[in-house]
Amino acid sequence: MQIDLDQVSIRELNQRLHGLSPETNWREVRIVNPKGRHALAVGLTLPIEVTVEGHVGYYCAGMNKEAAVTIAGHAGPGVAENIMSGVVRVEGNASQYAAASGRGGLVVIEGDASARCGISMKGVDIVVGGSVGHLSAFMAQRGHLVVCGDAGADLGDSLYEARLYVQGRVESLGADCIEKEQTAAHQEGLAALLERARIKADPRAFRRYGSARRLYHFHTDHAHAY
Amino acid sequence: MPIDDSSKPEPVLKPVLRESASFPRQVLAEIHRAAAEGVYAIRGFGAKRRVPNFDDLVLLGASVSRYPLEGYRERCATEVVIGTRFAKKPITLKIPITIAGMSFGALGSHAKEALGRAATQLGTSTTTGDGGMTEEERLASKTLVYQVLPSRYGLNPDDLRRADAIEVVVGQGAKPGGGGMLLGQKITERVAGMRDLPVGIDQRSASRHPDWTGPDDLTIKIQELREVTDWEKPIYVKVGATRVAYDVALAVKAGADAVVVDGMQGGTAATQDVFIEHVGIPTLAAVRLAADALVELDQHRKVQLIVSGGIRSGADVAKALALGADAVSIGVAALVALGCNREAYVEDYQKLGTMPGFCHHCHTGRCPVGITTQLPELEARLDPELGARHVRNYISTLVLELQTLARACGKSHVLNLEPEDLAALTIEAAAMARVPLAGTNWIPGVSGG
Repeated sequence: MQIDLDQVSIRELNQRLHGLSPETNWREVRIVNPKGRHALAVGLTLPIEVTVEGHVGYYCAGMNKEAAVTIAGHAGPGVAENIMSGVVRVEGNASQYAAASGRGGLVVIEGDASARCGISMKGVDIVVGGSVGHLSAFMAQRGHLVVCGDAGADLGDSLYEARLYVQGRVESLGADCIEKEQTAAHQEGLAALLERARIKADPRAFRRYGSARRLYHFHTDHAHAY
Repeated sequence: MPIDDSSKPEPVLKPVLRESASFPRQVLAEIHRAAAEGVYAIRGFGAKRRVPNFDDLVLLGASVSRYPLEGYRERCATEVVIGTRFAKKPITLKIPITIAGMSFGALGSHAKEALGRAATQLGTSTTTGDGGMTEEERLASKTLVYQVLPSRYGLNPDDLRRADAIEVVVGQGAKPGGGGMLLGQKITERVAGMRDLPVGIDQRSASRHPDWTGPDDLTIKIQELREVTDWEKPIYVKVGATRVAYDVALAVKAGADAVVVDGMQGGTAATQDVFIEHVGIPTLAAVRLAADALVELDQHRKVQLIVSGGIRSGADVAKALALGADAVSIGVAALVALGCNREAYVEDYQKLGTMPGFCHHCHTGRCPVGITTQLPELEARLDPELGARHVRNYISTLVLELQTLARACGKSHVLNLEPEDLAALTIEAAAMARVPLAGTNWIPGVSGG
C-alpha cells in the first residue's frame, strides 16, 4: 500500500493505519511526500512495516507497538517518543528527544541525534550510529543507549538503571553518572544489540556508563551533586 | 476599720510570656528541624496557611430585583459537558464536581477504587495520576480522565485509548514549576513495576515533559495525542495557578478542549513545604483570571474551565462557577471524605508525631487511616465500598448545597451563576475576584465609587 501525503491528510493516514485488522494483507505501507509533517504513523499496534520516504516533523512513530517503521530521511523532535515495542529506524539524523520516555522496542538512528536523546527512557533500546547532544539519557530509568560517535555534555544526568555505551568522546557526565566496568557479558549484550540494530561497530571499543546510585535517596550531603 | 494586711506576703508577679511574631513556635521548630536534618521539609496535603479564599465572598440571594426559585420544588440542573471544542466524544458529567488526579502509589489501591466507585455512582469523572492507570481504577470508574504527566511513569497508548479524556499535566497548584518526590518507603514492588524503577528508591517526578519544551511544542504534542486516539477524547491541559492569563491563553492556542487551573491551596502527595506554602496564587484569584482570558479569546464555555485547589463546600463550588468555571475538581476534600485526618487510630497519628486534624504525612506511606499507604495492614483499614459511600455522600452534599444557593440566586442551571451574584467581604477578595466590596459598587482596580 502506498499513501501519498500530497493527496491524503495526516488524519486520514493515521486512521487508515489504525483501521487495519490483525489479519490485513497490507503488511507493507509506503508513505511518500511527508514533507516534515508531524505525528505521522503514531500509535500503531500491528506488526506491519511502514516506510516513510523523506523527512518527518515531530513525533513520527510515537507510541509505536509492534510495527517496524523506517524513516528514509531525517526525523524531527520526539521521534518514536514513548515507543512500547517494535522497531523505529531513522536513516538520517534525528532532532531532540529521540525515543524520549520509550518503554520498549528498538530505535536505531543511523546518523546523529540531537540533545536529550533517550531522555527519561524506560526500557527502550536506542542505537545511534553517530553522536548525541547534551543531556542525553537524562533521568533514564531502564534500557540501553548505544552511541557510536561522541556524547554531549551531562550524559546520563540523574540516571537510574539504564545502561549507556559510548564509543567516542564524552564531553561530560551528569549528576550521579559514572563510568563502569565493561565485562565480557556486557560486551556480549552490546554485540547482540548492535547486530539487531544492523550497525557495524566493535563492542570492545565502547565504554560503559551507569548510575552510581548515590542519589537514589535524597540526602543533604548529596545536594552539591545536583 | 481599715484592714491591716501588712503581714501578708507580696503577691508574686509572673512574667507574661510573649511569643515572637517573627519567630513563633512553629518557625522555631522548623529552624531546629532544618538545623538537625539539613534538608527542606517534604510533606503531603495542601497549603496550611490562610490565603484569600472563597470564604471572603458572599452570594447575593434574590429578593425584589431578582426572583428566586423554589428550593424544594423547582429544578436546578447540574449537568455539564466537557470537550465540546474538538473531541468526537465529549464527556457528559451529571454534576460539575470531578475528582482530581491522585496517583496510585501516592494513594493505595483501596482509595483509588473507592474514588472511582464514588465518581461512577455520582455520574462524574475521576482521574489517574503519576503512576498510570490500574485495572481496579478503570473497572471502578465509568468516566476516567488519564493524565499525561512529565514523569511519563505510567503512560501507555493502550490506556490512552481506554480513557474517556486525557489531561496533559503541565503543573500542579501545590508546586507549579516543581516536580514531586515520592519517597522510597512508599515504593512497593507493584508501584515500582508500574514506574519502571527499582523497589524502595525515591521516585522523583520531573518538573517538565521530556519531549516538548514550550507552547508551540505543546500544540504538536496535543496533535499527536489526538492522532493516537483518533480525535475521540477531550484533551485537558492542567496548569498550576501562577501566570494564569498567559497560561490559559497558550493552552487554548495549543488546542485544549478544557483547561484545568489548580490554585495554590491544591494538595500533593509529597513535595517541599516551602513550595506548598510559597509558590502560586490562590484559587480565588486564579478563577477570575482564567475566565477573563477565555472571555477575551471568545472561548468562554467553549473551552471548559475546571478549577481546583482547596474546594471544600457547595458554597465554594457555587462561587467558583459564578466566577466563570464550568466545573471544579476536588482532591484533598475527597480524601478527607474517605477518612483523612479522621479521629481514629490516634496512637498511629502520635507515632508520626501528629494528631487527627493536623496530619500531613501522606509522604511517609504510614497513613493511619489507610488512604495514602501501600502497607497492606494499614490499607485494610479502608473499605473501598464504604469509602465510596462516604465520598458519594460528601459530594452529594456539595451538589445539594450548590443547587440551593443557585436557586436562591434565581438560577435554573448552576452554570447560570455569574459574577453579579457575588460580593466581597474584604478589599483583597474584591480585587482578586473583581466583584464589588459588599455594600459598595467598588471593585478595586476596576471601578470608582
